[in-house]
Amino acid sequence: MLIFGGMALVAAGMLFGDIFAVFVLHQNGGQTGQALLAAARAVAAQDPSAVNIAFAHLGNLLEDRGTKVDAHVHMIDAGYLALLLALMQPYVALAAPSKKLLAKLFLTGGLLLPLGIFLIHYVGLDYAPLPVVGWASVLADSAGALLIVVLLVEGWGFWNYVRGRRARPVEPELPKDRTWERRTLLSGGTVLILMGFVFGAWYAGANLHEHENREIVILNDLLDQPAGAGGLADSVNAYGGLQAEKAVQIAAHSHIIEFGLLAILLSFVQPYVFLTERWKRIWVKVLLAGSVILPVFVLLELKLGLLAGGIADVGGLMVLVALVGMLVGVVRHTGSLDAAARGAR
Amino acid sequence: MSRSRKILIFGGTVLAVLGMLYGLHYAVFVEHQTLDRMSGSLAGAFAHAAERGGDDSKDALTAYRETKYDYVRQVDLHSHWIGLAMLLIVLGVVFDEVAFAERARFAVALAMLAGSIVFPLGVILQTVHMAPLGSVLAIAGSALVIAALGATAVGFMREGAS
Repeated sequence: MLIFGGMALVAAGMLFGDIFAVFVLHQNGGQTGQALLAAARAVAAQDPSAVNIAFAHLGNLLEDRGTKVDAHVHMIDAGYLALLLALMQPYVALAAPSKKLLAKLFLTGGLLLPLGIFLIHYVGLDYAPLPVVGWASVLADSAGALLIVVLLVEGWGFWNYVRGRRARPVEPELPKDRTWERRTLLSGGTVLILMGFVFGAWYAGANLHEHENREIVILNDLLDQPAGAGGLADSVNAYGGLQAEKAVQIAAHSHIIEFGLLAILLSFVQPYVFLTERWKRIWVKVLLAGSVILPVFVLLELKLGLLAGGIADVGGLMVLVALVGMLVGVVRHTGSLDAAARGAR
Repeated sequence: MSRSRKILIFGGTVLAVLGMLYGLHYAVFVEHQTLDRMSGSLAGAFAHAAERGGDDSKDALTAYRETKYDYVRQVDLHSHWIGLAMLLIVLGVVFDEVAFAERARFAVALAMLAGSIVFPLGVILQTVHMAPLGSVLAIAGSALVIAALGATAVGFMREGAS
């Protein structure tokens, strides 16, 4: 349940991310720039009420974008955690029905958390229980709390295992194979994560403070424009460029690490992927290729424009297709187990 | 189960719970208010500028800068803590396949756990007027994680993994 549910959550989160990148991200960025330009023009025209209107629109756009990014990230991370819990089950000393209930609760929380986050923008503060917390936030926070409770109980079960207690039936440990697929996913995933860490360290050292300072300089420029000045559009473009620069660097850093983690996690479930060796290798190659293509071309987006963006989206799609391919293998595996059990009866 | 695996899996689980509890606390009690303050101060900077209130505008922009500086690091703390925790648990499951002696594996696992705690801690210290110490800890923590991960990658690639 946790393996299938985890892979399904990751696949759904990736599909949502791809749809968001193609249909929402760039359009939202353009509208944000327009709203900031309107605010700057209102400053030049000495019209505070127009400033407030422009900022209300800007806040709305940022919330729209932010909640969608968060829903994408949280759904994938909940999927990763489900896969992790699946791997940990042999070391969790709890009774089988308790483990099953915990798995159901975790998958429910993993689905409701991103759903709640997604709805924040649409539900807003209608009939809100608190001045700044709406019902969608309550749903998301409750689902998050549910995940924490499940993790705490699983941690307690693991603590029992470490102390030597065992609950019957004991689940078998993961098969330790050294197949090509497992080794390639394991070492490829580790190298992807290492690349992401090194890039992140470089970003934090070289760009983080510079970006923060540049943002304030650009905003100061916008505020200091005299009425009717023609430089407003240039400043807004500079601000948009800075936001894009930050976004692609953070996206490259986070995606390459996430894909590395996914590759390592998928290396564990290979014994449960009921496909021919040829197809298993194809999906491994497609997954790793997509895992490199997406972050590299996201980084190149500033230089190559939409072409790079399109290639990055294809990279994301490759990872998604490979994941669904493996998921089909897991479904076939469970089917073969069911068939064998029926045959034995 | 080897000591290195135990330290990674148990340390990672504790870190994940801590990261989630911190995120939940931040989301419920701090984030909405912070976002309101951040957007309010930026809008205020523009509104004051429109009213030709130069000093008030600068003050609001400073408030925006400080709030955003804190917000970015708080979110970074939450996401990096949970991300690193997941990495620890994942590697813990398969750490026996790192082709080093158990003593070396334990040292690598310990370095990875220490780095995973210290790095985000350094990031958060930057928000409580301890920026130099925070930066030192963040750099040291990330260097530890990178070195340990490099060693792990080498271990996975070496022949003779168990």
